[in-house]
Amino acid sequence: MTGLRVEGVYKVFGRRPNEAVKRLRDGATREDVRQWGTAAVIDADLQIASGETFVVMGLSGSGKSTLIRMLNGLWRPTAGRVLLGDDDLGAVSAAQLRSIRQRKVSMVFQHFALLPHRTVRDNAAYPLALQGVDKAERRDKAQQALEMVGLGQWGDSLPHELSGGMRQRVGLARALAADTDILLMDEAFSALDPLIRREMQDQLLELQQTLGKTIVFITHDLNEAMYLGDRIAVMRDGRIVQVGTSEQILSAPADDYVAQFIADVDRTRVLTASSVMRRPAAVAFAGGGPRLALRTMRDAQVAAAYVVDRARVLKGIVRDADAVDATRANKDTLEGIVDTSLTSVSVDTPLSDVFAPAAESPLPVPVTDEKGRLVGVIPRATLLEAMVPPETHTPAEGTPVAAEPTPVLDTADAAPLAPLSVPGLPDEPAPAPVPADDTTEVRA
Amino acid sequence: MNASIFALDMTDEGVPRLPLGSWVSDAISWITSTFRGLFAAIKSVLEGAYDGLDTVLGGPPFWFIAVALALIALFAKGWKLAVGSLVGFVVIAGVGQWGNAMDSLSLVILASVIALLLAVPLGIWAARNDRVSQAIRPVLDFMQTMPAFVYLIPTVVIFRVGVVPGIVATVIFAMAPGVRFTELGLRQVDREVVEAGHAFGSSEGRILRQIQLPLAMPTIMAGVNQVIMLALSMVVISGMVGAGGLGGDVVQALNRVNVSLGFEAGLAVVILAMFLDRVTSALGTRSKTAKAVAAASASH
Repeated sequence: MTGLRVEGVYKVFGRRPNEAVKRLRDGATREDVRQWGTAAVIDADLQIASGETFVVMGLSGSGKSTLIRMLNGLWRPTAGRVLLGDDDLGAVSAAQLRSIRQRKVSMVFQHFALLPHRTVRDNAAYPLALQGVDKAERRDKAQQALEMVGLGQWGDSLPHELSGGMRQRVGLARALAADTDILLMDEAFSALDPLIRREMQDQLLELQQTLGKTIVFITHDLNEAMYLGDRIAVMRDGRIVQVGTSEQILSAPADDYVAQFIADVDRTRVLTASSVMRRPAAVAFAGGGPRLALRTMRDAQVAAAYVVDRARVLKGIVRDADAVDATRANKDTLEGIVDTSLTSVSVDTPLSDVFAPAAESPLPVPVTDEKGRLVGVIPRATLLEAMVPPETHTPAEGTPVAAEPTPVLDTADAAPLAPLSVPGLPDEPAPAPVPADDTTEVRA
Repeated sequence: MNASIFALDMTDEGVPRLPLGSWVSDAISWITSTFRGLFAAIKSVLEGAYDGLDTVLGGPPFWFIAVALALIALFAKGWKLAVGSLVGFVVIAGVGQWGNAMDSLSLVILASVIALLLAVPLGIWAARNDRVSQAIRPVLDFMQTMPAFVYLIPTVVIFRVGVVPGIVATVIFAMAPGVRFTELGLRQVDREVVEAGHAFGSSEGRILRQIQLPLAMPTIMAGVNQVIMLALSMVVISGMVGAGGLGGDVVQALNRVNVSLGFEAGLAVVILAMFLDRVTSALGTRSKTAKAVAAASASH
């Protein structure tokens, strides 16, 4: 497998690109060098590991399209080096470059860029023809690639007979048929309508699970970037302003530009349960008996406790009323009073999928690891709080940066939900009343 | 008057007389004497090609050729055009112009083929190179707007009267739209598709053959149609220099003020023109590629 390295790369279009690079290196801005040329990419450094899905995100004019085109040599850098595996793309001959493009790096285009006069199968086979693969094998491999993207039946159609989403699947199949380690995707889903786009994103993630290619994905859509990218580079005015995982970028934006950018991202799709979960307030051991469980609840000032076994595997919850009944009946185990109907979520569940369990659950939603062990809980207030972007240092005018807790509480109050049992709030009257009707409902 | 003082000829408007005409004339005679051998070779090649083509078209009996041309129309468009063409050919034969029409058709085909052999590569070059494009644009303007029969003068000087100056003048006059449409067609090809060719490691030549030319073909075919129509109009004019065919009769009718001959020869030109136009424009749109390209651009 092959990784990619971008080292101090500049790309300036115009009459005197080298002069512009010299001045940019001395600290000039993009505007300062306008008279010598247009600086599309300024001092870009990237290390993209093999097998990584790397997203370059930026608005139009940020230089992301130019950057991706330097990764397969469609543009040559004005200064700096682009290394694809061991090959320095700036130093290879034209014939070597063609061979690298045939065997190591393929590309998916925004407007699909299919050959309109060739069938879907011939389009998928196009890179194979360039590689010199013979006809029968070409046909087989193209068919396989089409089946991978769910278009096995469409080989004999012409591209214009397909819908936009299907055409881009052909574009993807063509790139997959080339069987290169590196896949460049230039705004590949931007021309598709939102539902199809989401479908394609899911399909790409699914394919990537089995193929493990090195993917460089260009987009202007932050949600898409966060959804697809193992790591994200944010570009602005030709410069890379931040590189990191989506959670890093969300929780610690490098500057106000990035902070503004992420202000309206759908955080629930990016943040996972593990990033917002808290320590559970009351945990009772299954073998401990109702008295111990009651004491745990009293100490934590809550009305119910999570029940785990010796290996900390979550068994369910026990409510104070049930524990009191059990104590009166002189039982010494929790057997029979553990409510197992509670839905738990796993550590890497996106927050968007935590809302439904949170709405149904009278207790904070328990979070479990892959072995079913209780590792934390998500109170509803925490869930709502996580959706609010962090405060920027100097909030720009008109940017809805809400750091005060007021809107959170407003939302919580407005929500027609039963009161939360919030652990760790000592001011609250204890024990926090788990709504009686809720309990009876569960029993009934 | 003042002219004697400045030792310069003056025009009636008081501007020094620019001797452009005599320069061109001098240049032509220099060219004629310097490249005499080359021109002789060109002349014999063109004459040979024309005689060969004319034998093919004019040699066989009328019915044979008329049906063959109608079949081409059938293949290109459909039975309506085929029947219409056949009726037209019968009319041409009926006014006694069939032989002339075949002479002219040979001239048109030969001149168009040569014009396209020159125009298409030139158009490709212009499409790939902005400087070339800028350089040839005024030349093309000149070639297209210069009154057509002006070309006949130097070609007659170089090649003497006959078929050859007619062919050469026709080639020059008809070439321009071939270059223009080829360049336009290639430049209109979706940049991203060409980029895809590069991105998958195709060579320039393959991109031209497999992507650019097929996608530009409908536009190039429109250029081919224009070239043929211009060639036909020029072939009539070259009747003036003894190129024969329908043009010869038209010129003769003009000289003798012979209305009936002029009408009959003119009608034959019109029928031939309609046949060539319908067939070539149909050929441009009937190929699978052309249909796919048209459908693709419609669905964008």
